[in-house]
Amino acid sequence: MTDTEKNAVDVAARIGGGLDSRLVVERGSFRLDVALTAAPGDVVALLGPNGAGKTTALRALAGLVPLSGGHLRLDGAQLERTPPESRPVGVVFQDYLLFPHLTALDNVAFGPRCHGATKAEARARATVWLERMGLAAHAGAKPRRLSGGQAQRVALARALATNPRLLLLDEPLAALDARTRLDIRAQLRRHLADFEAVAVLVTHDPLDAMVLADHLVVIEDGHIVQEGTPAHIARHPRTDYIAHLVGLNLYRGEAEGHTVRLEAGSAITTEENLTGPVFVAFPPSAVTVHRDRPTGASARNLWRCEVSGMETHSDQIRVALTGDLALTADLTTVAAAELDLRPGATVWATVKATLTHAYPA
Amino acid sequence: MDQADAADTLTGGPRPRRVFRGVRMSAPLPLLLPALLALAFLILPLVALLIRAPWRSMPDLLTSSEVWQALRLSLVCATAATAVCLVLGVPLAWLLARVEFPGRGFVRALVTLPLVLPPVVGGVALLMALGRNGVVGKSLDAWFGITLPFTTAGVVIAEAFVAMPFLVISVEGTLRAADPRYEEAATTLGASRFTAFRRVTLPLIAPGIAAGAVLAWARALGEFGATITFAGNFPGRTQTMPLAVYLALQNDPESAIALSLVLLAVSIAVLAGLRDRWVTAS
Repeated sequence: MTDTEKNAVDVAARIGGGLDSRLVVERGSFRLDVALTAAPGDVVALLGPNGAGKTTALRALAGLVPLSGGHLRLDGAQLERTPPESRPVGVVFQDYLLFPHLTALDNVAFGPRCHGATKAEARARATVWLERMGLAAHAGAKPRRLSGGQAQRVALARALATNPRLLLLDEPLAALDARTRLDIRAQLRRHLADFEAVAVLVTHDPLDAMVLADHLVVIEDGHIVQEGTPAHIARHPRTDYIAHLVGLNLYRGEAEGHTVRLEAGSAITTEENLTGPVFVAFPPSAVTVHRDRPTGASARNLWRCEVSGMETHSDQIRVALTGDLALTADLTTVAAAELDLRPGATVWATVKATLTHAYPA
Repeated sequence: MDQADAADTLTGGPRPRRVFRGVRMSAPLPLLLPALLALAFLILPLVALLIRAPWRSMPDLLTSSEVWQALRLSLVCATAATAVCLVLGVPLAWLLARVEFPGRGFVRALVTLPLVLPPVVGGVALLMALGRNGVVGKSLDAWFGITLPFTTAGVVIAEAFVAMPFLVISVEGTLRAADPRYEEAATTLGASRFTAFRRVTLPLIAPGIAAGAVLAWARALGEFGATITFAGNFPGRTQTMPLAVYLALQNDPESAIALSLVLLAVSIAVLAGLRDRWVTAS
């Protein structure tokens, strides 16, 4: 990095380069209040259940929904009162919204054209973007002739062709079938890595979020419940929603040394030595299920439970248990058959302390 | 109008499945009888027109200069009125469909008023507004020397007044059915609201605009009451086909029939055009 470049970065940092926002949107009884910040080059994923306000946050960033409060600064410029057409923002919509009457090329050229480029310039720029997306052969195709994956890439090219300082993606992979999804996810990851400004994507799929983003923001009911790196959130979930997403059993309780007392009355023995309010998490695969009470058990975590539900989960059986402790356990199909499990059956569940993970709440 | 149904009727539609044909035909008598009667009622007058048509003298009647004059005037005025409806009506439809403002429902009701208003009343109202002593017409006459009643421009105004609601309603319906998020997508790409309308919305609703324009054009072509009240009945200047038919019926019934047949042919051509271009396309 030359001195000039270093200087530019320093200046950007000082005047607040990247995204600095607090988005407050009130609509009826729903209130969204989230603070989002990101440095240029960051990819932030908003993760959350349906109706949590993820898309509203995205629309507020794009200017399609007015802010009821808060602020929005992008590369130091105040944007909260700027109309959407004047914001340096690109949006990839969930169902892409490619203009059906225009070819792929003219869809991509639309943005540059609106920003004052001549028809020829705009098309030249669009051609470069389509080539970059590997779609040069489809430049003349109308959107209805494009496959889902191709349409997604045209939508991305269209959003990037205006050189936005903030790229917004609303469920970018949701409309794709499972096979295309894998492929497009990898490509999208590459394009996002190349993108030098801030990218914010909305998804309800934890895998998309973890593959594509380097910072996760989990929103529930209009508020941020947790944020951090994907690895950190996967390891330390703080709500049932996240625990469920990353496939962990999660409990909250009071720690006294190696024992965590739960509100429900039962206790979990943990590896960590902590005091005060904590979370305890362990994966379903850490649970061993017995038909009869195990004798001379090495596991100190032993609960009497009842099978409340069973479902196949890839090549395993995921069993939902209630009783002393509500938990899910993963069993091989053979083990489930040998135990003769069925809803209503009484079983004993054990978890080794070494397989649990406790962290302060 | 239920476009899907209309499309089915006009094109012969998806053929009814043969298995059910017997079931479909067993309509109860209290429904079947009036239905057939209604059909006869609608078709019989047209058939009578064809039966009584003076086919032998037809070529002479139709090549007379008065007929051509009236037909040309009708086509020119109806087309000009449709143009006026398009230029003013499409923006009005957009306003009603896309912009929330207080009293929108009331404005929409006002727009549809000429649809149910007797055209003669419309003509009288136009005279009160744009006549030489009208509310606005007085100033037009005094300041610019423009008089509209009893001129060809008056015909266009009377026809546009009556035809505009057809266009506005048709276009507004299409706009409501069109996904407004395309306009949002256009704005995020830097398009102003007008650019978004011009480059995205307009092409998307083109079929609806075309259908509305045809409806408006047909309505303008057949306009009688408002035209004769506001523009009078001067051959070559304001005498359109419907006026010529009415006048001919008093002195020369044969030529009235011939003129009617011409209008019938134009109507059928419009229906055929609707079917081929727009009704089936939507």
